[in-house]
Formats: sequence, structure tokens, C-alpha cells
Amino acid sequence: MPPFLQLRRVSKRYGGIRALDGVDFALSGGETHGLIGENGSGKSTLIKIISGAERPEPGAELLVVDRPAPFPTPAGAARLGVQVIPQDLALFPNLTVAENIALPGDLGRPLLAPLPKRRSAEAAQNALDRVGHALPLSARVEDLPVAERQLVAICRAIAAEARLVIMDEPTAALTADEVRRLVAIIATLKARGVAVLFVSHRLAEVRDVADRITVLRDGRVTGRFAAGADVRALSEALAGRHYDYEPPPAPPQDGAPLLETRRLRRNGQFRDVNLSIRPGEIVGLVGRLGAGRTELALALFGLNRPDGGEILWNGETVRLRTIRQAVRLGIGYVPEDRLSLGLVLDQPVADNVVLAVLRRLRRRFGLIDDRDRREKVARWLSRLSVRASADQPARALSGGNQQRVVLARWMAAAPRLVILDNPTVGVDIAARDGLYRIVRDLAAEGVAILLISDEVAEALGQCHRVGVMAEGRLTRWFAAGRASEAEIQAAVHG
Amino acid sequence: MSDGLRLDSLLLALLIALSAGFTLALGSDFASLATFQSIAFQLPELGLLSLAMMVAMLSGGIDLSIVAIANLAALAAATALVGFGPNPAGLWLGPLLGLAVAALAGAVNGGLVAWSGLSPILATLSTMTLYGGAALGLSRGGVVAGFPPAILWLGNGSVAGVPAPLVVFAAAALAVGVVLSATPFGVAVRMIGSNERAVRYAGVDTASVILRVYLLSGVLAGVAGLVMLARFNSAKAGSGDSYLLLTILAAVLGGVDPSGGRGRTTSLILALLVLQVIASGFNLLEVSAYLTLVTWGAVLLAVIARPALARAFLRRPETST
Repeated sequence: MPPFLQLRRVSKRYGGIRALDGVDFALSGGETHGLIGENGSGKSTLIKIISGAERPEPGAELLVVDRPAPFPTPAGAARLGVQVIPQDLALFPNLTVAENIALPGDLGRPLLAPLPKRRSAEAAQNALDRVGHALPLSARVEDLPVAERQLVAICRAIAAEARLVIMDEPTAALTADEVRRLVAIIATLKARGVAVLFVSHRLAEVRDVADRITVLRDGRVTGRFAAGADVRALSEALAGRHYDYEPPPAPPQDGAPLLETRRLRRNGQFRDVNLSIRPGEIVGLVGRLGAGRTELALALFGLNRPDGGEILWNGETVRLRTIRQAVRLGIGYVPEDRLSLGLVLDQPVADNVVLAVLRRLRRRFGLIDDRDRREKVARWLSRLSVRASADQPARALSGGNQQRVVLARWMAAAPRLVILDNPTVGVDIAARDGLYRIVRDLAAEGVAILLISDEVAEALGQCHRVGVMAEGRLTRWFAAGRASEAEIQAAVHG
Repeated sequence: MSDGLRLDSLLLALLIALSAGFTLALGSDFASLATFQSIAFQLPELGLLSLAMMVAMLSGGIDLSIVAIANLAALAAATALVGFGPNPAGLWLGPLLGLAVAALAGAVNGGLVAWSGLSPILATLSTMTLYGGAALGLSRGGVVAGFPPAILWLGNGSVAGVPAPLVVFAAAALAVGVVLSATPFGVAVRMIGSNERAVRYAGVDTASVILRVYLLSGVLAGVAGLVMLARFNSAKAGSGDSYLLLTILAAVLGGVDPSGGRGRTTSLILALLVLQVIASGFNLLEVSAYLTLVTWGAVLLAVIARPALARAFLRRPETST
């Protein structure tokens, strides 16, 4: 049987960046195909081209069941039977389960025709039956837990007569049980001849689910594997080379903690958090999305006021009401969303670097000492090997260099504690290495580090201790060097 | 940076071309000391108000209440001046009161924008109405007039041949330029204009910066109010209302990004000169005042749409994103 979709020589550029470079890709009906790649490898661009949201550069070819076809528009892709379930699911939270599932079909009706409520309900029930699950049809989607919302999104694709369902990072927010249920649903789809493109950056998972795996790196296909492929071969294709990090040099064993929390609580986000970090220590924090890690970090950074418990700084109780108070104590925070929270993209690199120390640059008449400013900027840019000129807007920099600019800002402020929230998201492998080295150097100088990571391997390789957060609580601690990745992974998804 | 310089040269070229054109058409009627003097007396009012608008726009906001503040400040000063009568203390207490009222009005704007979560356009629209109403109440709808000659000098006198209002405007523009480009406050204003949240995440007290932005905007509007009072020897609510949208036009023509973060004082001054030369030239040509407005609008459109126009007519390939 010919493949359902074949793509040949697909390339895509965004400005100077080559997101896809001559990618060949094929997918058969009823196949579960894993697509893996680091952030920035081109996964999302490929999805967008298959679903019609983007057009490839000229020279690419598309074959649908062995017949040449033009690359589709979004509506054309839907007619082919391509349905995308984005990571955020793109549901209508204020509508009911039935309305969400039946909406794509209902939207095709004449503008003023009344919505056929009963038929919508039937279509929704029918889709639910086909995946073998039950949901209350009249419940609002916003009242459902994440896993059930995902089920609604899958049913919507089924109701739209999908022949290919693209799932973008479908397991990011799921517990282990929910992942197992998702795998069962995918098997049901497969039995009905529906192809699934399972997009993820989690190797182990894709390996368990997929019949075939395509690995992307820097816009090229770097490996094609069958089910059950060797993890090492997969991770080499994924990362380019295999990184075996030496654990960071041991932290000072004695010394009082710099930061301590006692039963810290913020209602609805985290509770009973007892955390302590000594100077020079690198502490990791892992957990699922929504486990409360970022919320905890923001409380330590003065943005979210805790509802209970204590924060101690050098043994003294402190109240962090504003970010400025936290910064004055010597706390720096590198947010995960560096594009909207970390950097002022349209402004020069130089101003981004000195942003946290602007007032310290004041000299006579309250004017900025320009020589001091330039000297500081040059020193930190070169110490962090940022490949950019000080006058460039931060927008023009690569992900790795942007992250270094945010780090340079805090280093210029001589911090005592730096909180890093998923600092390597969207940063390529080579640049990650540099970031890790900067973090280690900082720790070696006595700066305490709190590293929040979505990747257990990263936390394990870079931290002295790793804490696991689940549903707002710090449930377990692991000492690096004594815990295995699998052990921690189990604690995260348990 | 280079973007700003390119706009400056464009505005300068426009200015030279307009002056040359009007000189050809009008001869010495246009190229005369009288024209220079009339421009020099008219430009500062719009100029001071445009500076006030620019400061707010740089921070990503807008201040619709500047003209109302100018009038309120002028009326406060005028009332005091009249009240003090021949007492010389009124000469400085009056204007000082006006500026204090303007600062207070600006601070109220800043507090609303910084802490209430109201969008700047709604907050200052409300206060515009409020200050306008207060000005009407203060003057009972009438005109307060008849000030000591020393005050009138501010609007009509000269320093070594340079009109006093122009001196005031030049000093204000210089001060604003230095504050915006060379102080921590100025850098913070620009950065906040581009991305307020990121600046807050860097530990900057953005609320206090925003408060000071509107305070500065209010004070500049107050200075404009005093200049207007001195020039016309009167103050009343609702005068100069047509300036409000013109200040936005001047600011945008001068390269101030309506979404914040970008803008330079020099470009703003060039833009003001372009607008004023067009107005004076057409005035001397004795064509309808409507043509001035039509031309202003057309110039603004042409300047801000120039990237699109260049693409459409020159068919240059797009260089960057």
C-alpha cells in the first residue's frame, strides 16, 4: 500500500534561519510515527507545512497516496484529513464537550442556520465511542482535567474524519497513568486506520509508542529508526554527539544555607515547601508542567506573595513583596519565557545587560557614566562569550546568545542566588554546553543556583541535588551521582 | 540608531525642499525675518505639548490630558496673578502654582496608569475630561485676563533677538533630550515602552518610572500652558484643544513609535519645523487653512508609510524581517 503522505526536499527559511533543509518524510495510513528533535530542530515547521499553516520553499514535492499534489492550505489539509492537536489543545474552554467536538462540522453550515444541537451531541458521542471513552457531553471544557481536555481534542479530530492526527508534545502535562491511557487511544486510532504523528522531545516515550521514528536536528533528518530502536543511537541522532557530563565539583559541605523556606505555601500553587540552598550549591527542581516549580520560583523572586510559611535569607526571615526587594538581596531570575519576560527584544543588547544595575551607573547630576556602562557591557559580553555587538537589538541574537545576555545582566548585578527556569529551552546543544559551564563557574564563585528543568537528565547532570515537585509539593530529593535517571523519572510521573 | 538618522535626513530634506519651494513661490515674503519670527513664536506651544506627548508615548502610553493640564495650569496661574494684583510676589508664585497644579495633575495620571491597571488612553481620557471640567469651574466658563507686563514678556519678549517662547522650548527640549538619553530613568522609559514586564522582571520599579513619566508630561504641559497664557495675555478652559491630536501627529512624524520604546527629541523638532513651515507658507500664500491640514496629513502618511511605498514603487526585495 502506498504511503498516505510523502514529502520530498522540503526546505523552509525564516529570514536568515534555515528551519528545514531538504527534508524527506513519508507516513503510511494507520502508522504511528514518532517525530523527535530538540527545540529548534524544525519539528514545528514540518508540522506547519503538513497542516498547511506554512508553505515550503520552491522545489519541494508532495505526494498524497502516490499522486503529486500541491502543498495544501489549512482548509485543504483539513479536507485531506489532516488534523493537528497543538500542545495547548486549542479548545474553547467556555464551550461544552459536545460543542467542542462537533464545532468543526458545525462551522461549515450556512451563517445564519441554527446549530443542530442534537446532531452535535450525536456526533460527539459517536466520536467518543470510537475512541472507547466516556465524557459528560454537557460539561464545560474548562472544568475538565488536562487529560480529559486532550481526549476532547482527539475526539474533535476524529469527528472531523481525520486520516492523520498530529499530536504536538501530547504527554507534556500528563501523569504516567494518563500517558498509558493516551497510548491505548493511539492504538485504537491505529486499528481504525488513522495515522498518528507523535511529536515529542522525550526519547523514551516516542520509542515506546511509535512504529517508526524520524529524528530531526538543525532542520535535517539525522536518523530513521524502527520501533524499539537503541536509545543510545537515537540520542546520538538527536543531539549530534553524546553528552556525558561530569557531575559538578562537590559543593562546600559546611556553611549555613543562603536561602531557606519553611512550609512555604501559596494557595492553589504549592504548599509545605521546605527548601534550602547553600552558597555554591546547584539545586535542581524537576516535575511535570503545572507541578508548581515556576510558581515557587516566582515567590522566591518577590513576584508572587506566599500565603504562608517563611523565607529565610542568611538565617533571617525576609518578606519578599516586590521583585526589587529580591534583586536587592542578590536574587536573579532567568525566566523560561526569555522572549517576553527575559529580554526587551527591540532594545540594544547593551541596555538589556545593564538593566538590573541602571541606578548603580549614576554619576554626577544623575547622568549615566557612559564609559562605565560601556566597560561593564563589554566585560560581561566577553566573559560570557556573547557573539553580538552591544548596539544590536536583542531580537537579532540566537537563542543561546539571548540566554547569555540575560545571564550577563544578573552577573553584572553580582548575585548571590540565581534561579534558572528551563534555561536551555530553545538553545541548541553546543550552546547548552556553554550555558552549563557558566552555571558551574558561577557556583564555583559561591553563587547559589536553583535550576528548574523539564529534563531529568539535565538536572541530574548539572546539579548537586535534585528535588521532585508534584502537585505543589516537594515530594522527594535525590543526590546526584546516587540516583538514576529512571528513578527520578518515575518520581516525576508516578 | 541608523533608522533614526535616516528619518532625520528625510525630514531635513523635506524641510529644505519646502523652504526652497515657498521661497520660489513667495520670494522675500517667505524668506524673511518676519516669517522666522512668526514660526519662532508659534512653534513652542505645539512643541512643548508634543514633548509632553512624546515622553508618554515613549513609555508605551499616551497622555490625552496634556492640553487640559495646560489650560488648568494656566488658569491656576492666572487666578493667582490676578489675585496678587500689583504685589510682585505674584510674579513667581503664580507661575509656580500653575506648575505645581500641572505636576499634581500629571502625578494623578501616572498613579492611575501605574497602579490602577487602567490603560493609559482610558486613564488620561478620563482625567482630560476631569481637568477640563475643573478648568471650566475655576474660570466659571470665562476668560481670566490682564497680567503684569513681566509675565507677558514670557510670551512676547526676546532674548538677543530670539523670541522668549523659543528659548523656553529649546531649554525644555534639551532637558528632555538629556533626561531621556543619558539617565537611568530615560533608559528605563524606553525599555518599558518596548516590554514593561521584562523590565519589571529585571528588578526595576516600573510603577515609579511610569509615575514619573506622566509627572514629567504634566509639567511640560504646564510650561506650555504658561507660555500660552503669556502670549495671549489670557487664560481660559478649552483653548488650544486642537493641539491634542496635532501633538500625536508631530510625535509620530518625528519617529516616535506609537507602540513605545522608540523616539528622539531631534527628530521631533525637525518634524515640528516641517509642520510649521507648511502652515506658515500656506498662510502667506493665502490658501485655505484646510489645505494645511490636508498637507499635514498627507506628509504624515507619506513619511510613516514610506517602507510600504518603497516596496510598492521600487520593487526592492525585502532585506530583513
